[in-house]
Amino acid sequence: MRVAEQAPFTIEQFYKHISQGKLLGGRCTKCGKLHLPPRPLCDNCYSKDFKWTEIPARGRLVTYTVIHIAPAQFQSMAPYAMGIVQLADDLKIPGMIRGVALEQIRIGMELTMDYGTCAATQPWPQWPRYYFKPA
Amino acid sequence: MDGKSLVSIVSFGLSKFGKLEGLYAREIFAEAAKEAFDRCPKLEPKKDIQALYVGHMGESYEHQGHTGATMADWIGLGHVPATRTEAACASSGAALRIAICAVRSGLSDVVMVGGVEKMTHRPTAEVTEYLAMASDYPFEQWNGMTFPGLYALMATAHMHQYGTTERQLAMIAVKNHYHGSLNPKAHMQKEITLQTALSSRPVAWPLKLYDCSLITDGASCLILTKPELARKFTDMPVDIVGSGQASDTIGLYERKSLTSLAAAKVAGKKAYEMAQVNPEEIDVAEVHDCFTIAELIAYEDLGFCMPGQGGSLIEKEETKLGGRIPVNTSGGLKAKGHPVGATGTGQAYEICLQLTGQADKRQVKDAEIGLTHNVGGSGATATVHVYRRG
Repeated sequence: MRVAEQAPFTIEQFYKHISQGKLLGGRCTKCGKLHLPPRPLCDNCYSKDFKWTEIPARGRLVTYTVIHIAPAQFQSMAPYAMGIVQLADDLKIPGMIRGVALEQIRIGMELTMDYGTCAATQPWPQWPRYYFKPA
Repeated sequence: MDGKSLVSIVSFGLSKFGKLEGLYAREIFAEAAKEAFDRCPKLEPKKDIQALYVGHMGESYEHQGHTGATMADWIGLGHVPATRTEAACASSGAALRIAICAVRSGLSDVVMVGGVEKMTHRPTAEVTEYLAMASDYPFEQWNGMTFPGLYALMATAHMHQYGTTERQLAMIAVKNHYHGSLNPKAHMQKEITLQTALSSRPVAWPLKLYDCSLITDGASCLILTKPELARKFTDMPVDIVGSGQASDTIGLYERKSLTSLAAAKVAGKKAYEMAQVNPEEIDVAEVHDCFTIAELIAYEDLGFCMPGQGGSLIEKEETKLGGRIPVNTSGGLKAKGHPVGATGTGQAYEICLQLTGQADKRQVKDAEIGLTHNVGGSGATATVHVYRRG
């Protein structure tokens, strides 16, 4: 983790961790607030000192939708489900839900994170994508 | 403030809303400006107007940025200082706020504020992509979220928490289409049935086609001045007595509540306090119904009913013309249309018509106090204004 601790607390770095199959946030070393996604300036105490903190990549679905009209790059997957997942430490994160029939998705269900590969089909961004699937 | 007038609106204009083929944004804005100039013969635009603020969301539509100066140019305002504001779908609500500040600062006696968007010449897929820019990119859009999808997440959460139904959401669409049928400037002037709304194709479940506002071309504008100068220009001014604007996280997922827009509550509270008006005193309101769920949540955020009671309010027809608090008498974003940059001051236009008794078939009897609620993105910006007949 030494290298990661020195890495900048940026969205770019967040996705580098995702490409390694890890969900990491930045904990402010001054006030203790955990930021997911990480940010370079603590919105609570304005400190710039953080520590990379691994976040258990599982949680509970708090709301969802089924996207029928999708952006061009997602149209082949439609209809697909998108949700917001409640993680530990009062953190939430949005994501696509896969590996479950759309009609079986329920608020409150347990989900875990799944990791995709980097998108290299465009100049920017080349981030990987993450997904959620039933725990 | 203590309920006194912040500024007075002495004139107002609105282009036809709809699919305005062959027209450029600047030409549509000129139509709205012409109405405002004609409505106020005592105003000499070139001499009196000292600043122009224009809400405009996207330069992608016409490959044209630099909207402030462009609009000033095409409405013959010469060297007047002109500035564009951008706050997604709240661009002209934010422009209005800035225009009020410009007058209140003492720097300008008379200012023009408006908004414009030309959208319908682009394929729907492109428009959808431009609109999505109002939401968070790296986490929401990147992972497959759409703009209707964000409001659908709020709808599902509201249904889960309070038992709100798809039928209640559809009732909002039916009401706004009825109101739109009474507005000759509305994009859609046709009533719809509950069945039409409920059986329309899904966009982002639980939201269907008829839960979504329209892709529309249009422009709107207002002319503001200091309250003490209002009577120099008109015998029927409309006073703005409360102004609130607030921000929130750009990502919906970071918010504590997914069934309410905190920015709208904060902006509303500020506007009510400034105006010294209670929600019960509002005679007519134009709220940001980009999706039916957004109007339902607005009822609750603005205090027209308690949290969770929005579904019951629409069922009892209290927000329909003739009800306790008519909402979106213009047809709203749903039927009048949603040329995003024009929406905020377009809402103010409807309130001006109502408070001066010029709303014709959709007139709310004896309307004296009005409210507008304009939201940007999934709620990262909200502006609320309270108006009183001058």
